[in-house]
Amino acid sequence: MKGLTPIVKKIAQLMCGMIFIYGIYIVVHGHLTPGGAFAGGIILAGAFILLILAFGSEVIKLRKEESGSSVSESLSLLVTLILASTGLLIGSKVFFKNFLPPGQIGQLVSAGAIPLYNILIGIEVAAAIITIFLALIIFKEEEEQR
Amino acid sequence: MTHLVPLYVILPLATAFLIPVIGRMVKGFQKTLFSAVLLFLTVLTFYILFSGVDQPVAYKIGGWEPVAGVPIAIYLVMDGLSALVLLIISLIGFLAGFYAISYIKRYTAENNFYALLALMIAGMNGVVLTGDMFNLYVFLEIAVIASYALVAFGIERTELEASFKYQVLGGVASLLILLGVAMLYWKTQTLNMAHISQVLAQSENNAFLTFTQILLISGFGLKAAMIPFHAWLPDAHSSAPAPISAMLSGVLIKAVGVYALLRLFFNMFAIDFQISLVITAIGTLSMVIGVLLAIGQWDLKRLLAYHSISQMGYVVIGVGMGMILLVEGGDRSVASLAIAGGLFHLINHAVFKGLLFLNAGAIEHVTGTRNLKMMGGLFKTLPVTSTTSLGASLSISGIPPFNGFFSKLIIIVAAIQGEFYLLAALAVVVSIITLASFMKFQRYAFFDQPKFSKKIREVPFTMRFSMIVLVILCLGLSLLIFPGVREIILSPAVDVLMETTNYATTTLTGM
Repeated sequence: MKGLTPIVKKIAQLMCGMIFIYGIYIVVHGHLTPGGAFAGGIILAGAFILLILAFGSEVIKLRKEESGSSVSESLSLLVTLILASTGLLIGSKVFFKNFLPPGQIGQLVSAGAIPLYNILIGIEVAAAIITIFLALIIFKEEEEQR
Repeated sequence: MTHLVPLYVILPLATAFLIPVIGRMVKGFQKTLFSAVLLFLTVLTFYILFSGVDQPVAYKIGGWEPVAGVPIAIYLVMDGLSALVLLIISLIGFLAGFYAISYIKRYTAENNFYALLALMIAGMNGVVLTGDMFNLYVFLEIAVIASYALVAFGIERTELEASFKYQVLGGVASLLILLGVAMLYWKTQTLNMAHISQVLAQSENNAFLTFTQILLISGFGLKAAMIPFHAWLPDAHSSAPAPISAMLSGVLIKAVGVYALLRLFFNMFAIDFQISLVITAIGTLSMVIGVLLAIGQWDLKRLLAYHSISQMGYVVIGVGMGMILLVEGGDRSVASLAIAGGLFHLINHAVFKGLLFLNAGAIEHVTGTRNLKMMGGLFKTLPVTSTTSLGASLSISGIPPFNGFFSKLIIIVAAIQGEFYLLAALAVVVSIITLASFMKFQRYAFFDQPKFSKKIREVPFTMRFSMIVLVILCLGLSLLIFPGVREIILSPAVDVLMETTNYATTTLTGM
């Protein structure tokens, strides 16, 4: 896939950092403000997709990235499951038990394990969206090569 | 026992996510892990059944206790009916996964196959265990979205078409179910099934509720492929890889379709004459039209798929008759017999239809065709496949001493005792047509003149193993009519459906 003009590349470079930080903000404030892991994850994926669209990439590189994103997708879900099962093993021994101290309402580090779930789900959603996007691009590139 | 309940969701999910990560590096990891996990779940289900499931166990996820009598946690409820369906899921899942070890070598992406299969099983286990309406919808989507991908696994033209058709109709079904869940939430301000049941018992029965019930019947009817909603099933079940066909036909339409219908309309809504009449009518239509559509089929897996519709009709008329008798205040022992017949046929159908699809897969594996006219004379070259498929065919046609005979007998006896003479007659006629249809399969596939010039050999060990275990089960499940065995496996499930309001009270009051 070919990249776009230098103007688009420069703007994308300037924008994507901010979009990325905004995505992180939405994810980590999931338990405090509207939005959360799903919305934030989509924004995170958007930053990556913007870069790939602006700069273009080789099919081989895209393949590598796709396998990376699908592994991180599975890993984040796996860690979520481990975190949920930890509640099964300690304390009152219940699945999905919120075993960390709740902290003060309104602070960033509060609500026990919920911010951790938010971060993991954010990674999972971002990785899943990127995987779908890359799969579509790879499919199209391979069609064109034939 | 309580702490073991969430394992049914945790283990298959962990399998599904471990396989894409570790399966890349370690060869054979996916098959080993999948088989081990499913075997463990099968053993666990037997353990739970034998330690007694008379009282439902309600597991509150996250440990949230009810506030002022209103449940706020998501409940997982293990009772007789759940345990029965979980047994079917784990057992057929294990055998299909074990069969796939050899079968799946013809495809490239083994990791994806096993991960998706594990995800489908996690979804079905969740549907069966959950006591929460929205959670039911979420698990249902997990199971069916994994199955869309598995139907399209061969990525040939026909498979993609079948998967697309399945996705469109499945999407419509999910929409109807979600709308039904939303309506219920609007009306009752709660999503917990037991609590919904108690709230509904206090409100009067009105048009709003009837509309919700119709939405849910259409939605789950589409998932169960009952007759007016069956269009996706023959394509989807015949295009999928054989182990997946066995899972779809043997397990998925029961777990997300029939099981959900039973749970909602017996235990959540107050049982109602009109609804029970609708359910019985749908069952009768499926039973009769399904078999009539099956007669003309020459594609082996399509033939089996149409028979799935027909056999699920037996299950639904069994429980439907029981429901009518319960509502009308008829003889409770006859109602209990009808429900027992329906549930017995549910187990039997999972076993023999799973086996028949595995047989069809074995034939396709060695000959490369599904067309009955192209086969012939396979009896000598495929002795194991041939013998096991003979057992399954006799079982589905209702020949003693195979299990299918006994469940059909119970349904027909219950129909006569409950004075449903038309249903009894139709059940007998459909059984005879089924026999004719399977005689055609046996004759064209195994006993005709050989039509193959190339040398064919019997299928590999893992495929034979699964088929042999299933044919033994076809014979062994006949034992379920004897009181000692029946009281462990079948009776707790029947009791759950007979004592309709018991579910709500015992779930809410704790153990």
